[in-house]
Amino acid sequence: MTRPAALARITAEERDWHSACDTPGPSNVGISEESMNVGISEESMFNPSLSPEHKALRELARQFARNEIAPIAAKADRIEEYPWELVKKAHAVGLINITVPGKYGGGGLGYFEDCLVAEELSAACAGVYSSFVASTLALTPLNIAATPNQMERLMKPFCAEPALASFCLTEPSAGSDVASVRTRAKRNGDTYVLNGTKRFITNGGVAKMYTVTATVDPELRHKGLVLLVVPSDSPGVSVGKKEEKMGQRAADTREVIFEDVQVPVENRLGEEGEGFGLVMETLDRIRAEVAAAAVGVGRAAMQAAVQYSKEREQFSEPISSFQAIQFKLADMAIKVEAARLLVRQAAWLADHGLRNSYESAIAKCFAADSAMQITTDAVQVFGGYGYIRDYPVEKYMRDAKLLQIYEGTSEIQRLVISRWLLKS
Amino acid sequence: MHIVICVKQVPDTETKIRVKDGQLDHSETKYVVNPYDEYAIEEGLRIKETLGEGKITLVSTGPERAKDALKSGLAVGADEAIHLLDKAFEGSDPYATALILSKALQKLDYDIVFCGKQGVDEDHAQVGIILAELLDIPHVSVVTELEISDDVRSVVTHREVEGGHAVVETSLPVVITAQKGLNEPRYASIKGIMAVKKKVIPEWNAAEIGVEENAVGVESARITFTEVTLPPDRAGCRVFDEDPAQDAAKVAHLLRDEAKIL
Repeated sequence: MTRPAALARITAEERDWHSACDTPGPSNVGISEESMNVGISEESMFNPSLSPEHKALRELARQFARNEIAPIAAKADRIEEYPWELVKKAHAVGLINITVPGKYGGGGLGYFEDCLVAEELSAACAGVYSSFVASTLALTPLNIAATPNQMERLMKPFCAEPALASFCLTEPSAGSDVASVRTRAKRNGDTYVLNGTKRFITNGGVAKMYTVTATVDPELRHKGLVLLVVPSDSPGVSVGKKEEKMGQRAADTREVIFEDVQVPVENRLGEEGEGFGLVMETLDRIRAEVAAAAVGVGRAAMQAAVQYSKEREQFSEPISSFQAIQFKLADMAIKVEAARLLVRQAAWLADHGLRNSYESAIAKCFAADSAMQITTDAVQVFGGYGYIRDYPVEKYMRDAKLLQIYEGTSEIQRLVISRWLLKS
Repeated sequence: MHIVICVKQVPDTETKIRVKDGQLDHSETKYVVNPYDEYAIEEGLRIKETLGEGKITLVSTGPERAKDALKSGLAVGADEAIHLLDKAFEGSDPYATALILSKALQKLDYDIVFCGKQGVDEDHAQVGIILAELLDIPHVSVVTELEISDDVRSVVTHREVEGGHAVVETSLPVVITAQKGLNEPRYASIKGIMAVKKKVIPEWNAAEIGVEENAVGVESARITFTEVTLPPDRAGCRVFDEDPAQDAAKVAHLLRDEAKIL
């Protein structure tokens, strides 16, 4: 798989909060004249089927998920502790940093491949996988905008050993409204002095490196944003208490506090004012992975429901013989299969350097909402047993809820989609 | 150090066994690398890593799909793979399989030959041992521990025997059959998987390795399958819950006269 040239950079002038959805629109995935114009040959038309290497990669991820993640998922959820050993094992196999170019120590693969892994790992534990994808999220702005020097200096040592990164965007009063970030980056010669508090930061307490969104001047809104790479051991960095979450409890989520943290200007990604565009582009690219994670959770819940329905007998018959159950299962399959295709489409576009805001928003929204519906129905199929922790489906349901909230709520995704529709 | 590992592709142990017209129906079978061969591959990789040099070559005889097993081994870290592929090889029994492998091995320089102790499909547990006889070199079977000598001319192995283990030292070259416990096989790596794409797996047919076509395959087989049947469904349980003393007597009686296991 060849890596495309970096996406055309999107500046804050081009896109702000009110036009975050100003995408060129549905790409018609390799069949329109429009996409021909951007250099997509017929051979590289969107193809959702998997090559032998893709299948081997998926099999590897599936084995890893089954042998390493699934056995500890329930415990990690119960004790809310991040299974650090997993990061070491995943690093050894190459299941993290997949999208980082090979010469900087990553897997050198695309988002399409990363999504195959995402589905498998999330099917075993979405909390564990969230930690991985949060790391990918933090590394993506480097992939997009870092200079070769920054890649050598920041990315290469990071990828050389087992470690997680963390994307620090959300604040107590800035979530969906990215331009309202209040964390200040005050320029002082060759450094920025960073002050502010980030909230709900996945990997907050376990990351080696943070990618922080800050503003040089809040009055400038989106035009004032910068992205800074901050080692977590920088003086002035501290973390708050670990949030006690409803689901995805293995993931370490907490506040990250920056107090007079000195960040060298050479750790800034892109130029001042380009932060907003970079954040948006990053979120566009990673949305497919989160959507793939939702497919994984939905699939796991569906498989559990199918299995249980064949074993559970009522009225002297397995409950799978009842149409009320059969139709629930069929609806689950419809959602899983459709969501998976949307994921592959969105990832393919990102891999080919095509803007995928619209498609990735659709994929993320549909997959997350589907995961919520499927897991809720799976609990229903299990009945009372679904509501107790002896069976995995209640965890799937708790885990699924977060998929509709983080990486852009389902409402924000709908906003992105509808804005595009109403634009022309 | 050239380490050759004989690999078999077998049905995944989680595959549901289907029988159709007295034969195994493999239409929905998922195939994997024989688990005992995974220990063999891992041991080869470890020896190479310990010595800091060496080459690992995988050899498999099987239909076209067996290439996937070879690719899996390459993705884990083997250097080369050879597919012994010929219509004439199909239906070979353990002796003929060992004969095919031995002919191929005679074309290679080898120091250690690893096999799994048995294939988990038909469980003959013969190929490695017959192979050693045909090559006229020593073998140690069911090995759980292996150490190579400092001068790289011999190995000390531990093998399972009833009630304990035997320690066997032998010179190289040698055939070792791997038992569970020998090591913990590693995962393939993503880099390994992607590198497989660039590797060419040569195919050697009967003529190339110098095997008489009628010496192998179904015609030559000393073993024939006459019929395949699934085990009978398990009968229901019988519960004895009255007087413990009387129940015990009844159970003993049934075990002796009905089940005939006492």
